[in-house]
Amino acid sequence: MLKLEKRPQPSRLWTWAAPLLAVVLTMLLGGALFAALGKDPVEAIATIFWQPLFGEHAFYYRPQLLVKGAPLVLIAIGLALGFKAGIWNIGAEGQYIIGALTGAAVGLAFYPLDAWYIFPLMVMVGALGGWLWAMIPALLRVQFGTNEILVSLMLVYVAEQLLAAMALGPLKNPDGYGFPGSRNFQEYPAAHNAEILGGTGMHWGVVAALIAVIFAYILLGRHILGYQIRLTGQAPRAARFAGVSPPRLILFCLGTSGALAGLAGLFEVSGPAGQVSIDFNVGYGFTAIIVAFLGRLHPVGIALAGLLMALTYIGGEIAQSNLGLPSAAIQMFQGMLLFVLLAVDLLTNYRIRFKAAQVA
Amino acid sequence: MDLGSINPVLLLASLMVAATPILIAALGELVAERAGVLNLGVEGMMITGAICGFAAAVNTGSPLVGFIAAALGGAGLSLLFAFLTQIALANQVASGLALTLFGLGLSALLGQGYQGIKPPPTGKLDIPLLGDIPGLGPVLFGHDIMVYFGLGLCAAVWGMLKYTRAGLILRAVGENHDAAHALGYKVVRVRILAILFGGACAGLGGAYISLIRVPQWTEGMTAGAGWIALALVVFASWKAGRVLLGAWLFGGVTVLQLNLQAAGSALPVEYLSMSPYLITILVLVIMSADKPRAPASLGRIFHASQ
Amino acid sequence: MTTLIKPPSEYRRVTTSLLTISGLTKAYPGVVANDDVSFDIAPGEVHALLGENGAGKSTLVKMIYGLVKPDSGRMELHDKAFTPPEPRAARAAGVAMVFQHFSLFDALSVAENVALGMENPPRLRDLAGQIRRVSETYGLPLDPHRMVGDLSAGERQRVEIIRCLLQDPQLLIMDEPTSVLTPQEVDILFETLRKLTAEGVAILYISHKLEEIRALCDRATILRQGRNVGTCIPRDTSARDMAQMMVGSSFEAPTRETRTAGAVALDVTGLSLPAPSAFGTPLRNIHLSLREGEILGIGGVAGNGQDELLAALSGEARSPARSIALRERPIGRLGPTARRRMGLLTAPEERLGHAAAPDMSLTENALLTGADRENLLTRGFIRWRAARAFATRVIDRFDVRTPGADTAARALSGGNLQKFVIGREVLQRPEVLVVNQPTWGVDAAAAAAIRQALLDLAAHGSAILCISQDLDELMEISDRFAALNEGRLSAALPTHGLSLEEIGLMMGGAHGMEVAHG
Repeated sequence: MLKLEKRPQPSRLWTWAAPLLAVVLTMLLGGALFAALGKDPVEAIATIFWQPLFGEHAFYYRPQLLVKGAPLVLIAIGLALGFKAGIWNIGAEGQYIIGALTGAAVGLAFYPLDAWYIFPLMVMVGALGGWLWAMIPALLRVQFGTNEILVSLMLVYVAEQLLAAMALGPLKNPDGYGFPGSRNFQEYPAAHNAEILGGTGMHWGVVAALIAVIFAYILLGRHILGYQIRLTGQAPRAARFAGVSPPRLILFCLGTSGALAGLAGLFEVSGPAGQVSIDFNVGYGFTAIIVAFLGRLHPVGIALAGLLMALTYIGGEIAQSNLGLPSAAIQMFQGMLLFVLLAVDLLTNYRIRFKAAQVA
Repeated sequence: MDLGSINPVLLLASLMVAATPILIAALGELVAERAGVLNLGVEGMMITGAICGFAAAVNTGSPLVGFIAAALGGAGLSLLFAFLTQIALANQVASGLALTLFGLGLSALLGQGYQGIKPPPTGKLDIPLLGDIPGLGPVLFGHDIMVYFGLGLCAAVWGMLKYTRAGLILRAVGENHDAAHALGYKVVRVRILAILFGGACAGLGGAYISLIRVPQWTEGMTAGAGWIALALVVFASWKAGRVLLGAWLFGGVTVLQLNLQAAGSALPVEYLSMSPYLITILVLVIMSADKPRAPASLGRIFHASQ
Repeated sequence: MTTLIKPPSEYRRVTTSLLTISGLTKAYPGVVANDDVSFDIAPGEVHALLGENGAGKSTLVKMIYGLVKPDSGRMELHDKAFTPPEPRAARAAGVAMVFQHFSLFDALSVAENVALGMENPPRLRDLAGQIRRVSETYGLPLDPHRMVGDLSAGERQRVEIIRCLLQDPQLLIMDEPTSVLTPQEVDILFETLRKLTAEGVAILYISHKLEEIRALCDRATILRQGRNVGTCIPRDTSARDMAQMMVGSSFEAPTRETRTAGAVALDVTGLSLPAPSAFGTPLRNIHLSLREGEILGIGGVAGNGQDELLAALSGEARSPARSIALRERPIGRLGPTARRRMGLLTAPEERLGHAAAPDMSLTENALLTGADRENLLTRGFIRWRAARAFATRVIDRFDVRTPGADTAARALSGGNLQKFVIGREVLQRPEVLVVNQPTWGVDAAAAAAIRQALLDLAAHGSAILCISQDLDELMEISDRFAALNEGRLSAALPTHGLSLEEIGLMMGGAHGMEVAHG
């Protein structure tokens, strides 16, 4: 008989070993899934995890790791702050879209002016847009106690509709022969989020993600605000007793994650995506939830998890073109990873004991 | 815009249809939440139900088999959630989100090759005389069987919670799991059953969308219906009767905006499409202002330590 | 006198026995909760199970009630083997239990709560009638349709008792039943219990209150560290002797120095606050003033506004500015941090989750209230080394048994964590210290140490407000006494010369007992 026994304190070993074990287990399960789809499991797993890093065309894929990882890390860092405090912003996808829309709109408004301040202004407005969009659930929660999970999520659908309206309406490229979508930022250097060093994948979003990781690391480890975030998540009543103001924390956490998601959206739309189009967003806001948990809500963990998740995206695309693996399989694979992680997490807080069934 | 083209009788009739999937899914979630389990995976279970039901119905030609498969699919997925939260004691919010993300991926995978197919039609309950009453007839008596199933389920859940011993135990478990355990009730077993019921209902709700309401399969076709079902439970203050009211309200908004789109409203389509979500937020705000009382153990992890 | 307490082996069994327990053993990882415990209970007997917190009383009764399976040993009910696999089976065999905590459902009605504790409950309407009948027979008035969350602590206990009585039990287990009652209500409860024993029901009565056991019980079995260390006839044994058996060693009773009260440190005038939650208690027009060097004891039955009063004083709940004054400065609008800075410190009742964060280390928990007064921050950045030093100081000075400051709070025993929590506030040299249930669930030695720390602090001129449900404790350490009753605070009277009768009336007499008893 198996018995669970709560550990007196969380196991340090398993805190870090659990995500690794989860990745390994997910590879096994994923292999079984790919086999069930009629693909060679070893080849499929190798294609996803090996090819982009060390394969023949790795020189092309490696920079992509940063390009795809940066928005995930940027968003996940913000989400993790909230998750740690028990504030569940799951509408990052919406904030990401709005950040991209507002930032891009400002940039496009200056077209074709060439000035140094246009891109920095776009960055600021993008962050502001995401922040404002996240303030809606934050203020409703603070004022009326409305559930922020549902509100932030509903706002994703609203943001998607807004994106469609903008891409087909006000932001549509006037020289685009009626095709939906805005002007392409690649053709407007003052507003373009170009690679800082050619061929490295390093754009301003990557820089921002790095800064966010460092900022969050210091905040959580050294600053009283980070302590209050952790305290609120672990023991809300003790937090109030300590003097933490829950409304301020809600506004801070949701606001920060909104601004970071907005930034990620802006960097994406003005760089890798290139233009505001109906479907420029590819669900980074949701995948970032997996990244946040996989990284143990820890900034360094999130950076690693973001890269791993980027790897599955890139490897997934290769597997799609080389092996004909459906893209949905990758999406499911990512979901599976979160599942396995949550299950394996048990080991962090509980000890499993094997016990012979006995007659009382 | 031509408002005259909107027929109020048809509007009411299609309201009943639009309300049914979220009604069924919300009732399932209501039961789970009354047992103290917050399952945020409704969206994932609905979409899985949608494709399971669709595939089964297309392959067998029987909508009934489709719905059964959908319920099994939804319940099967919820079993994962039950394992995570009740056995592995994982955080319910995180597990629910995982379920949704996983369900969206799984359904997309299962749905390969089912795009653009029409499912077999589900029978309508055409009651000869009642259905012919002008106005009332089409609104009340001209629907498919699942509409009545939803209404029946609502009554059944209401009665079960209020009058039966099983309902009392379920509420007790959701209210105070330590006390229920001390009295000798099997908290984990009750909750797993409630989760499975919730999963089956979400599956049925999803299949209603893919088999009757749309009817065809597209990826991500539930488009937030699962989340709206979750919101409905809060809106309803965890009461079955009010879930019905909420579903009708939401169904009404959906149908109305679709009608306005068809009637050529001056507003762009996108803004009309937003309205159900905005209304949901508005309703949530109004409801949370007077602080409905959630089951006291909702979302809390139960571990019988001694 | 001591000769009356015999070791278990010498104890001879009475002729007829309802429940016989022999050699019961149950171990949990790291601790043996029950070690070879044997005793028996006769029909119609009130049998006390006496012991300190952690002596193994709860585990023992949980085994009798089928919640826990023994590792070894034997139980016999009516001379037949008794191995209830679950509470249902125990109830079917005629064993009922009134819990101290965790067994009522706030949002359900009295009748529904009763139904949940029965095997084959009748329809709710019929059950309501039965509840009324039983409650009249035993003098326990109760309305079956009321919501349990709205009942007083005493009334809630009645729900539990009636739930048991409706099943015609042969053995009724009561876990610390008087801890939630006023002295008057205790008398009523005892009368009910005597009626039951007259009908042949046996009662297993768990308590650590010695005088109570001497007044009520026919025999007592004393547990210490999981072992049966003796059985006695309480009427013929002094409380002192029983206490020594229970604790195992003698410890020093707190000593108090004579002290003179100084200027008014804390002044509460007309403090009223609405109930914080659906089943909370509103505070109604509270007046109190507290002087330097004084300990004011606030008694009262649980759920009469203790938590709410502490929250209002700590700053977790805000009130009109002038309703609370610290050295004549209005502080009602200030939050906990500002109040701490001014010298008003608090220690709430609930250790895990309120006074301390369970999963955080002691260092982090030291930061929880000490950040400001102990100067643990520079421009918002945490000085971890200083925080750790502060935690270590608390651990050393208050003899907190723990591997070190990095240990998680929840890994500590109740007594040690409580010493840490009280020590954390005491070492910050408060001008006013408010504590709620400072020794609840704490072993006797730790309780004595905590009381001594409070007395010493008062001797150094701090003003102390001690909220407690332990009347003995309040009589021992406080200079003046007041009682909370449904959110109202009585006038404070000098503790010296206060009779139990007077205290009981201040606490509200018999709650909701519209039917006079006897």
